[in-house]
Amino acid sequence: MIVRISGEGQYRLSDADGERLNALEGAVVTVINEGRGEDFPAAFGAVLDFVREHGEELADDALDASQVILPPADATYDEARHEFTGEGLIPD
Amino acid sequence: MAGLGGRMSTVVKAKVSKLLDRAEDPAETLDYSYQKQVEQLQNVKKGIADVVTAKKRLQMQENSLQQSVVKLDTQARQALAAGKEDLARTALERKNVAQTELQGLDTQVAELEDQQQKLTDSEQKLRAKIEAFRTKKEVIKAQYSAAEAQVRISEAATGVGEQMADVGLAMQRAVDKTENMRARADAVQELEAAGTFDDITQLGPGEDDIDRQLKELSSQPAVDDELAKMKSELGSGAPAPQIASGEAPAGEGKQA
Repeated sequence: MIVRISGEGQYRLSDADGERLNALEGAVVTVINEGRGEDFPAAFGAVLDFVREHGEELADDALDASQVILPPADATYDEARHEFTGEGLIPD
Repeated sequence: MAGLGGRMSTVVKAKVSKLLDRAEDPAETLDYSYQKQVEQLQNVKKGIADVVTAKKRLQMQENSLQQSVVKLDTQARQALAAGKEDLARTALERKNVAQTELQGLDTQVAELEDQQQKLTDSEQKLRAKIEAFRTKKEVIKAQYSAAEAQVRISEAATGVGEQMADVGLAMQRAVDKTENMRARADAVQELEAAGTFDDITQLGPGEDDIDRQLKELSSQPAVDDELAKMKSELGSGAPAPQIASGEAPAGEGKQA
């Protein structure tokens, strides 16, 4: 599966890594839902680091669409909270 | 694709898809599509230029503030050597405010550098994808039937479109940050315009208001400490700096 980190680039991840990524991402959402802003940088950083470490970066001229798009590395807790809680862009 | 990606990435992806939808169907007309891509590339270039301009403005302010810090430090020493402790305190309060502003500017210049780097990287990726798209569409047009070519080109265009959307979001972040910084730059400019960092020996009547505000803005404990330090240096027989030499002791110019 192909994962994009906004403002950074695209990475190809195996399906197994895709599932681990999903779990890490779930942890970030939990941090946000529980209002633990102090834990956000570490949890979010773990998601990005996982992608960078386990993914294979696509060449600049690759024309593949991404299945997953992550927020930019400089996204703040407030931005994340604003986007991923409340009504959100996509209701569950 | 169900099950892939959690809520966070789903939301971001939706945002990007929305941007893609808003654009004309990128594969509708090939040459039009390519033209849109090239236009977007020009926008990115302009975005980078704006970031550079904002950064230069902050750097000019930094230079000006650094000079003020040096000047005010010198004047504080001169005032103290002449036994005018009140004047020395005023100069140190102003120096303290200037140093605080400098630290803020340092952080912002670093942030803008970061934005500039990211936009430059994105521009490079977009350029590479546009070039790949241009080549690919010619190959596809030559090799496939019209209907099949349309599908394949549409796929390739999605890849470019996603990068365009990503660059668009990055540019929006850069613009937001640049605007925040403009507010600080304006605040510094107001302080300068109010004569905050002017030659304190030129102080005349009517400056009381500025001084009252400065007392609030500056860190009094830091000013007390520095005044005490200066006094002890003068008291211990350290040579007083030359009047109006404009030179500060080493290491005093900028305390980041």
